Amino acid sequence: MKISIVITLKKDVLDPQGKVIHQTLEGMGFDGINGVRQGKYFEIDTKESDKNKAEEKVEEMCKKLLANLVIENYKIIEPQ
Amino acid sequence: MNSSVITFPGSNCDRDMDVALKKFGFKNKMVWHDALELPKSDLVVLPGGFSYGDYLRCGSMASKSKIMKSVLNFAHGGGKVMGICNGFQILVEAGLLPGVLLRNKYLEFICKNVFVKVNNKDNSYFKDINKDTLEFHIAHNEGNYFCSKEQIKEIDDNNQIALFYSDETGNINEEDNPNGSIKNIAGIFNKEKNVLGMMPHPERMIDPALSGEDGSIFFENLINNLR
Repeated sequence: MKISIVITLKKDVLDPQGKVIHQTLEGMGFDGINGVRQGKYFEIDTKESDKNKAEEKVEEMCKKLLANLVIENYKIIEPQ
Repeated sequence: MNSSVITFPGSNCDRDMDVALKKFGFKNKMVWHDALELPKSDLVVLPGGFSYGDYLRCGSMASKSKIMKSVLNFAHGGGKVMGICNGFQILVEAGLLPGVLLRNKYLEFICKNVFVKVNNKDNSYFKDINKDTLEFHIAHNEGNYFCSKEQIKEIDDNNQIALFYSDETGNINEEDNPNGSIKNIAGIFNKEKNVLGMMPHPERMIDPALSGEDGSIFFENLINNLR
């Protein structure tokens, strides 16, 4: 089963890379952008076949390694 | 005095630290990250470098390596643990120090000498240092110290700020902040002040012919305080 995870920076955390991407997009002529925030995306292919158990395990992975909860939020996307 | 320097895959200041510790009288041992137990130590140092190629987040992989269990136990028992640069990043990822180190504000790798103001001398690391500012070297891409508003209040209330980036006379200004860190923070302690993390490298300032001597002041003082 493949589970996807999206990690985003919390609202109050400065994202200089997102800012530069924003400026570059505007420089290319893409108008009307309010803001850009950069994040991370993971795909975990697990042997676990029980959906709930797999999600639980992935949540633990997020808390322990994949995200730093001081600055980041994680979102687990429904397994397919 | 016995010290241990942990080498992770990608550490590159471990040997400089070994040279510095030995120069000022420590009996130092190099410890590979895969070891399970620390040798008998009065001081454990997590050196600078790029452990695990800075993958995921700087220090995140190294903070989960085998030796870290023993380092955590040592620190929780009151042992002195010092993290320099990448070592500081590993300490925050391991939860031994609060906060996190973000990418530098202007997205540049910074490599230069800086002055730091010693904020708290009531601890083994800086007690009896008779200068208020020290000249150290920094070289990092992620040194922008950040934490939540509640955390910064707690850090301040507990006097956990060790070093501020400052000018030569100790004034703390925005212009002297190289990386955008909150309040110009260059180094912090844990609550108990036995764990220290800092971005500047004292081990690069131990030879007047090559750089400077403020690192010598730091290490000489440290070994005297640990005796």
